[in-house]
Amino acid sequence: MSNAKDVTDASFGTDVLSADKPVIVDFWAEWCGPCRKLGPILDEISVEYSEKVNVVKVNVDDNPAIAAEYGITSIPAVYLFQDGQVKNTVIGAKPKQFFEKEFADVLS
Amino acid sequence: MSNAENTASEVRDVIIVGSGPAGYTAAVYTARANLKPLLLAGSVTAGGELMNTTDVENYPGFPEGIMGPDLMENFEKQAARFGTEIQFEDVTALQLEGDVKTVTIATGETFQARAIILSTGSAYRELGLPNEKRLSGHGVSWCATCDGFFFKDQDIAVIGGGDSAMEEALFLTKFAKSVTVVHRRDSLKASKIMADRALAHEKISFIWNSTVDDVIGENKVTGLKIKNLLDGSVSDLAVTGVFVAIGNDPRTELVKDTLDITPAGTIAVEGRSSKTSIPGVFAAGDVVDPTYRQAITASGSGCVAAIDVEHYLADLHA
Repeated sequence: MSNAKDVTDASFGTDVLSADKPVIVDFWAEWCGPCRKLGPILDEISVEYSEKVNVVKVNVDDNPAIAAEYGITSIPAVYLFQDGQVKNTVIGAKPKQFFEKEFADVLS
Repeated sequence: MSNAENTASEVRDVIIVGSGPAGYTAAVYTARANLKPLLLAGSVTAGGELMNTTDVENYPGFPEGIMGPDLMENFEKQAARFGTEIQFEDVTALQLEGDVKTVTIATGETFQARAIILSTGSAYRELGLPNEKRLSGHGVSWCATCDGFFFKDQDIAVIGGGDSAMEEALFLTKFAKSVTVVHRRDSLKASKIMADRALAHEKISFIWNSTVDDVIGENKVTGLKIKNLLDGSVSDLAVTGVFVAIGNDPRTELVKDTLDITPAGTIAVEGRSSKTSIPGVFAAGDVVDPTYRQAITASGSGCVAAIDVEHYLADLHA
């Protein structure tokens, strides 16, 4: 079960920068093992915290412009956006509890 | 994730903490001995080091080689086939003394067992420089297969002289403009075949007898300060990516104050067995092995641990 939406170079502005809630953005790719491990964890967060945040996924192979704009050189990279700004970043796959703690400001 | 029934009074025969070749092999053997093992694989680290590599050419039985993640998927499937209960949960505490051991996971839930097998492996070592941490994900990486893609046509440095460093360097030649290997000795520790491949590669050059003094860059890596260990001189190396491959440290955080630990930082085991300093607690894989650290030796030690557990439990009932 997941409420996570796929976002593209084209839809990033609307889906992330102008969103009415904080947005957790998951930068990932098919060939990235740790990304595949992290996916289900963010899916859980998208469901459990659906009132507080939106969770979206950006495939960096398909959307190089956004990846380059945010200087992504390592994935998985999870960026927390609020009001169009990057508020927090987590590089590398981490357990669910890590995100709950790191993003406590917006999740609680 | 888990719907497993876990009544407070249920004491299992064996819990395996950690996965990878050691943990999964221990699971196959204990499951086939009808010990109904519970294996707790890390929520994001499940599968161990082989998840971060591409072709595994030296695991016996695969003449054409096999991708690391595929090999681990096979191990996992095999363990599950014989009845291993696998949960992807992070273990946060261990109570190892006495006849009944307790394992606590991140959610606070606890499990109990008469025997524990520790196969927590080892984690990549960092250089220990403040800028290394600061620029992690912005030019500093410890996993070529994960991040190499982002360094197309760039000048990259690989720090290290062992097999991992050579694998990383060779893998990166697919993307990089140039790869410079920085090693603190004057010869490579890597296996001959890997060393030869790297030395012969036109894109790879070497800086010997040197270490990284600092990582340079504001928002991303722009270079390294290289210190020559022979004459102490420091020079600049212009690179936009640095991959650190200087070894691994055994994951003993949960047990370092309870179990005997060797000077190398691994869990001490008795002779060629997997017996730790506490009865009923066994260890296998990279967390006990500072020397060989191969998937095949880890698998072997997982099997040893499983058989040690069988004997231990049989003696309890005797």
